[in-house]
Amino acid sequence: MNGRAIILSCSLGCLMLLLWHVATAGSELPTPSAVLKVAREFLRSPFYDAGPNDKGIGILAAYSIGRLAAGFGCASVCAVLLGVWLGRRPILFAALNPYIQILRAISPIAWMPLLLYSVKDSGITAFLVVFMASLWPTLANTAFGVANIKKDYLNVAAILQISPLKTLLRIILPAAGPTIVAGLKISMGSAWVAVIPAEALLGSMGLGYFVWNEWNNLSLTSVVFAILVIGIVGVIVDFLFSRLSRRLAYTD
Amino acid sequence: MRSEHVNTPGCFADPFDSEASLLSRCACGCGGAAGTHDAPIRKVPASGDREGLIARLVESAVTRALFGGHEPSRRVFMRAMGAGAAVALIGGMFPLEAAKALASEKIGTLEKKDVTIGFMPITCGTPIIMAHPMGFYARYGLTGAVVQKASGWAMIRDWAVSGQTDYAHMLAPMPIAMTLGLGSTRMPFVVPAIENVNGQAITLHIKHDKVKTAAQMKGFRFAVPFDYSMHNLLLRYFLAEGGVNPDTEVQIRVLPPPEMVANLKAGNLDGYLSPDPFNQRAVYEKVGFIFKLTRDLWEGHPCCSFAVSEKFAKEAPNAFRAVVHAIIDATLYSSDPANRKEIAVAIAPRNYLNQPVEVIEQVLTGEFPDGLGNTLSVPQRIDFDPFPWQSMAVWILTQLKRWGYIKEDVDYRKVAESVFLAGDCAAVMREMGKAPPDTGYRKHTIMGKEFNPAEPEAYLNSFSMRKT
Repeated sequence: MNGRAIILSCSLGCLMLLLWHVATAGSELPTPSAVLKVAREFLRSPFYDAGPNDKGIGILAAYSIGRLAAGFGCASVCAVLLGVWLGRRPILFAALNPYIQILRAISPIAWMPLLLYSVKDSGITAFLVVFMASLWPTLANTAFGVANIKKDYLNVAAILQISPLKTLLRIILPAAGPTIVAGLKISMGSAWVAVIPAEALLGSMGLGYFVWNEWNNLSLTSVVFAILVIGIVGVIVDFLFSRLSRRLAYTD
Repeated sequence: MRSEHVNTPGCFADPFDSEASLLSRCACGCGGAAGTHDAPIRKVPASGDREGLIARLVESAVTRALFGGHEPSRRVFMRAMGAGAAVALIGGMFPLEAAKALASEKIGTLEKKDVTIGFMPITCGTPIIMAHPMGFYARYGLTGAVVQKASGWAMIRDWAVSGQTDYAHMLAPMPIAMTLGLGSTRMPFVVPAIENVNGQAITLHIKHDKVKTAAQMKGFRFAVPFDYSMHNLLLRYFLAEGGVNPDTEVQIRVLPPPEMVANLKAGNLDGYLSPDPFNQRAVYEKVGFIFKLTRDLWEGHPCCSFAVSEKFAKEAPNAFRAVVHAIIDATLYSSDPANRKEIAVAIAPRNYLNQPVEVIEQVLTGEFPDGLGNTLSVPQRIDFDPFPWQSMAVWILTQLKRWGYIKEDVDYRKVAESVFLAGDCAAVMREMGKAPPDTGYRKHTIMGKEFNPAEPEAYLNSFSMRKT
């Protein structure tokens, strides 16, 4: 961002706060200053642990991030391997693609009752919901990227008699890299979106739990604070992931 | 049965007191000395003082045995010796201290000390919840007990079925429904203790402050916390008695309680029959008023229960006994109005109910504003009584059948007796110096109409408004 964009961004932020204040002042809805006050309270000791149902916001965020990392990590490994395999088999890929697109269109939360009923454990269910949320975009993108690698690269590899593993690591993954990373980023977004409702619906610890526990107390101010935390944590996670993926990216 | 039984059963009378009787002579069979029902003061060591209770029990038993159960001889002896000398003398002959220690160990080695107990953040679950901060679980050796908060009854059900929680706070009809496989996988559950009686209310939107009867509620949109709840059954009963068909003339939706207040605020609901603190919370938020306490529909009706799958109870019988002791002890403790303020403070924090202390105190003490400008004093607004009347289970079954939740024939007594463990609860209550009823059945009166548990089908057929 250049200087003018930063100035514009800051003024837009102030404008939004002002609008928020004007819209809520005098009503029962939380004003920015009320949220700030609550935020200060929660952030004063973000890592307290007052029992199994009451933990600091830092601990809760860590739970959610951990859930995201586990579900997204496992799903990504599966999706990339499966995607590479499918990408090399154009007919099979074409045959399976409609199903992948259908599965991709399903809200991961819709899987929840079925998963909960079959695995009978809310922790694993939450993990699987996140897994489902992050599997399809990466799978589709990887297969697409691999299928569209320039034939020359693979031909050269074949002529040089490079081992399959080396071909995968040195040629296929780098060549399909940008498409895979784009898929991973979409997956990351949908996984984070799935984490919060999964926690809220399953009663698992995390930011989603925080939202309903505060809602239980009809404390909208805390709920707004939670919304902001979810957004900010999401941005930070996305930023860190972008940093990481830039290292993986490859350009012709 | 609560208030009149604060007397001293014979076995708990001081055996070294020449005036006290160790024989059970009370006509009602409660085990108390005759006439003690009128005694205003509790002479039994407080239920909190378990050690004291057991010690007294052992002393009585030994002393009684020593005199061959002959009361006059014991009294003469005590008068002559004086209590202090008698304790020393008998203590010298018989290892009293050892016997006392042995008796308090009788729960056995716990298979599991870190039991998890699922709960809903409502005042109905007070004993289950307060037993944690106030140390009732730890007192019975369950040092690692965890109470885990759920956001809805379906979550409680799923946790219980999957074994993610060992025990659960459930609505009284839930374990019955789950045992029958209604709205759940069929899985036998047992209820060793009821939690609260009364404690619910019909709350209406403030704009309906002129409404006085059920008939005026036609077209209303109501909410209840779960299909298999006393809330649903009582609301339906109340409406039907007033000539309103709950299936066709009003809407009844299932909503988690906190959303009821928000929906009432938004005007999406006209009212609800829900657990507290959400009735009182509507008053606190100035959106609703308490139209009717459920104790005015059925005084002493059960509401929430303490449930466990039959499988887990059998797998870990000692832990089960310990948990049941803790729960019954906590329930009896909660039933004493003198303890209610202290309990309100203990369960209000974010780890438990996450509600303002003021609101919880209004619910538990029964001193509350009704939302129409009156301050009411109803000490029995909510009460706690662990005894699982099997007749109440039969009533629940008749109503589940009445509204079409149960479609086939049902063996009322068999289901009631397999789910509501009146005998087990009574045994523990007796150990704690309480005098439980000696039968699981009695007649109940709901909105002036008598329910005879011996004739469930006839009762069911007496309702003209029904679904089946």
